Amino acid sequence: MSSSLLQPRAPPSLSSSSSISGTKPQWRFTSLPAVTFTRRARNSTVNAKIREIFMPALSSTMTEGKIVSWIKSEGDVLSKGESVVVVESDKADMDVETFYDGILAAIVVPEGESAPVGAPIGLLAETEAEIEEARAKAASSGGSSPPTTAADAPVAAPPPSAPVAAPPTPAAAPVVADGPRKIVLTPYAKKLAKQHKVDISKVVGTGPFGRITPADVEAAAGITPVKSKPPPVTAPAVTAAAAPAKSAPTFAEIPGATVVPFTTMQAAVSKNMIESLSVPTFRVGYPVMTDALDALYAKVKSKGVTMTALLAKAAAMALAQHPVVNASCKDGKSFTYNSSINIAVAVAINGGLITPVLQDADKLDLYLLSEKWKELVEKARSKQLQPHEYNSGTFTLSNLGMFGVDRFDAILPPGQGAIMAVGASKPTPVADKDGYFSVKNQMLVNVTADHRIVYGADLAAFLKTFAKIVQEPDSLTM
Amino acid sequence: MHSAISLSLSSASPITVRSYDGAGSSSSSDLFFRNNSAPSQLRFCGLRREAFSGCKSSSNAVLLKQLRQNMKISASLSGNGTPSKGFDYDLVIIGAGVGGHGAALHAVEKGLKTAIIEGDVVGGTCVNRGCVPSKALLAVSGRMRELQNEHHMKSFGLQVAAAGYDRQGVADHAENLAAKIRNNLTNSLKSLGVDILTGVGTVVGPQKVKYGKVGGSGTVITAKDIIIATGSVPFVPKGVEVDGKTVITSDHALKLETVPEWIVIVGSGYIGLEFSDVYTALGSEVTFVEALDQLMPGFDPEIGKLAQRVLINPRKIDYHTGVFATKITPAKDGKPVTIELIDAKTKEPKDTLEVDAALIATGRAPFTQGLGLENVNVETQRGFIPVDERMRVIDSKGELVPHLYCIGDANGKMMLAHAASAQGISVVEQVSGKDHVLNHLSIPAACFTHPEISMVGLTEPQAREKAEKEGFEIGIAKTSFKANTKALAENEGEGIAKLIYRPDNGEILGVHIFGMHAADLIHEASNAIALGTRIQDIKYAVHAHPTLSEVIDELFKSAKVKNDVSCAVAEPVAV
Repeated sequence: MSSSLLQPRAPPSLSSSSSISGTKPQWRFTSLPAVTFTRRARNSTVNAKIREIFMPALSSTMTEGKIVSWIKSEGDVLSKGESVVVVESDKADMDVETFYDGILAAIVVPEGESAPVGAPIGLLAETEAEIEEARAKAASSGGSSPPTTAADAPVAAPPPSAPVAAPPTPAAAPVVADGPRKIVLTPYAKKLAKQHKVDISKVVGTGPFGRITPADVEAAAGITPVKSKPPPVTAPAVTAAAAPAKSAPTFAEIPGATVVPFTTMQAAVSKNMIESLSVPTFRVGYPVMTDALDALYAKVKSKGVTMTALLAKAAAMALAQHPVVNASCKDGKSFTYNSSINIAVAVAINGGLITPVLQDADKLDLYLLSEKWKELVEKARSKQLQPHEYNSGTFTLSNLGMFGVDRFDAILPPGQGAIMAVGASKPTPVADKDGYFSVKNQMLVNVTADHRIVYGADLAAFLKTFAKIVQEPDSLTM
Repeated sequence: MHSAISLSLSSASPITVRSYDGAGSSSSSDLFFRNNSAPSQLRFCGLRREAFSGCKSSSNAVLLKQLRQNMKISASLSGNGTPSKGFDYDLVIIGAGVGGHGAALHAVEKGLKTAIIEGDVVGGTCVNRGCVPSKALLAVSGRMRELQNEHHMKSFGLQVAAAGYDRQGVADHAENLAAKIRNNLTNSLKSLGVDILTGVGTVVGPQKVKYGKVGGSGTVITAKDIIIATGSVPFVPKGVEVDGKTVITSDHALKLETVPEWIVIVGSGYIGLEFSDVYTALGSEVTFVEALDQLMPGFDPEIGKLAQRVLINPRKIDYHTGVFATKITPAKDGKPVTIELIDAKTKEPKDTLEVDAALIATGRAPFTQGLGLENVNVETQRGFIPVDERMRVIDSKGELVPHLYCIGDANGKMMLAHAASAQGISVVEQVSGKDHVLNHLSIPAACFTHPEISMVGLTEPQAREKAEKEGFEIGIAKTSFKANTKALAENEGEGIAKLIYRPDNGEILGVHIFGMHAADLIHEASNAIALGTRIQDIKYAVHAHPTLSEVIDELFKSAKVKNDVSCAVAEPVAV
């Protein structure tokens, strides 16, 4: 009986947020501006330009992928469409392309290790200034996840040397470019230096003609010159196996199941759903007689008024009298009373869910509201909604009545104070105060609210007002 | 190697003959040759006629050969036919490489009196300085690679002590192999009664060839038809000083006199790639210098990319692309080999490499000097002898020189040993009265790295270009070795096979394979192209399980041919 209702939402300050709306075509290997979804995003807007590169789903059966090789190195400038990393799925290796321009700031999952589908494997910074920040982020996330495994030690080790580690990539280029006589590295030495982040300008070459040999680099990196590297090969495998086990519980595999990765919009819904779990909510239901409303609807239907507009208008008018239900709790410490009443209405579109917003629903008259609604639905269908048209809601309305649902329970979208779930209106025997039975059209509304700011009595009072407006709907047309 | 294949053909054919004589032969031959009755396709698929009609004639040849072997010399003398009136020979072939050898064998089969002029050693480049000794080295490198790969061994449950090698032993293996194949070739020519004339051959006029020592008077012989099959030599660009010790070509490298610690390989084509495989397996570090922007030009880009990922990136190899090596100086007076690089586009100096050795693998140049081409008014183009599609030599006025043909590397059409041999056979077919055009698109090529790369027909960009020009669609199908049981059993799941085809009629345009035994696997595809077999037919052919050939089976099955919708199409494998 519960419905997952949530608006994909992004801070309006971001130009990139349009990609969250699902208005762009879905790419197979997309990198999302994922940071914008995190709760911290609001605090540090600088993060916004750092995008995560996700482990893509290369086949329908793929649950995790192994990084075969990074085609690009940290610090490389990437342009849209370029191959960045090679991922091995259960069937084959595929090049994964970036869909954004930027700089590969940090590699989160190194070569040879695995990551579950959807997990970040690298960070893409938009400008050079953000590289450091991205690296810090990569280091912190890398350090925090599996701290117990022994193999994690080498991963954790770089941070102290991070300032030192940064230069090697730029430093390597001049060596080739202008100083071939000073520093000569053999091909394998070059690979090792890159792999172990050894600053080759500090390595003394002992090879023929003073060239730096693989052994020199290994010595500088403090590695005992083992001729092959099975330990590093096996150790990451342990980490790889351990990490997914911790992050996601393994579910029993049902043969023949197909795995369809989330679209951008679905991923946004999913993130919001998870976020909603941190909000303490409660629910209050209320029966509302709709005979009068139905009569009004029959009258104004010909003028293009929809039931959605009627309900939104009624809710807005009720909210005007109960501003606390229209408020939101942004930091867990205060009420944020919103200056306007913007009713978000949940709309199911093909493969997703979006919440176009009727702004200032209390101020617009029913006809204007209906027109506005039509326009929004059209935009939603053609995926033309602008961010402010779906993320500015202060209260959400969800109506499953047309499907015959008599009552349901909505999930409160993060950032709002309350959401109203409207069931079907149907003939119900009702006893009046004198004890006489009659059959009236009745619908059940169920409001979910953030109990940090909205208390039971507030909600009850709001519902009573709402019911009164619906049962005496003349005010709606005024 | 390739010549060995052509040799083994004759010895293998008795088996073929028997199966065709057998009662049950009709069903299998029907399946494969069903399409061949369509005469309209004969022109395109020159080799097919050969394969189609060849069964019977080759069986005769084999029987003859067996007879001859029993009757010894007297029989073998009668094997080489009697010449046409007024000529010493029906056919004289200048050059006893794989091309000349293939032509000679076929000519004898056709009853032509044949002579072959060899200025150096029988077998030419392929046998003595090319494919054959390099395969010996690669066989060593493949085993070294496996034995050195602890991880690979462990996954088999094998424990191997550190693998080492004896350089001289490896070099001897290559030399012994070349000697053996050379003897085989010589013996096969002798046993068929082909006259082997020693010396440098020169065309002195129409249907006239002189042979003998350079500068000497020589002997003039007449022939009804002449085939030039003089092959090629390693191409050494200007500014490169080859000393044969530290700056070397493939000729020297195959002797494996040293295994340098660090070697630069100029050129990343077949030759360069194969040597990088050998050298890195033997412990060298390698730096590629490639003039084009990408390594492995000439390969299908997708295959090249994967090959680079497997053959270059994880090995002790780095590379410079988009650069020319303008000056290469051998090591001397205690100085290393120096290689000056300039940017291929801007021509600005880019870098100077100091290494232990340099291998020049920039391709091969035709060996056509001193052939007396001026006597028949033929001008070479960049050294190559211009020919038409039937290998007939074209003179400076653009007209055909009667009775003069050129096959193999010397004409530059397709510089592969087996292509030369196929061209030679095609020419012999023509001079013995059967028109024949060789379909070069059906000739496979292989690079014997570990794993191997092979291809036949068009690459994807070539196919797309052709499709656009001629207005048809192309389809791409791919299968992975990762899904192949045999490959996995061998712990060699790395690799893909790629098919480029026409979905509208099922024509195979190209097949590219990268993976274990790719060079052996390609022939199913090349035969299909040569015989004009369509995907909708070949996909019903059965492959033994579990074998690597199932990679190709799956490849054909995953292709989606439009007019074939009613047939069960295997699900395409997501790659």
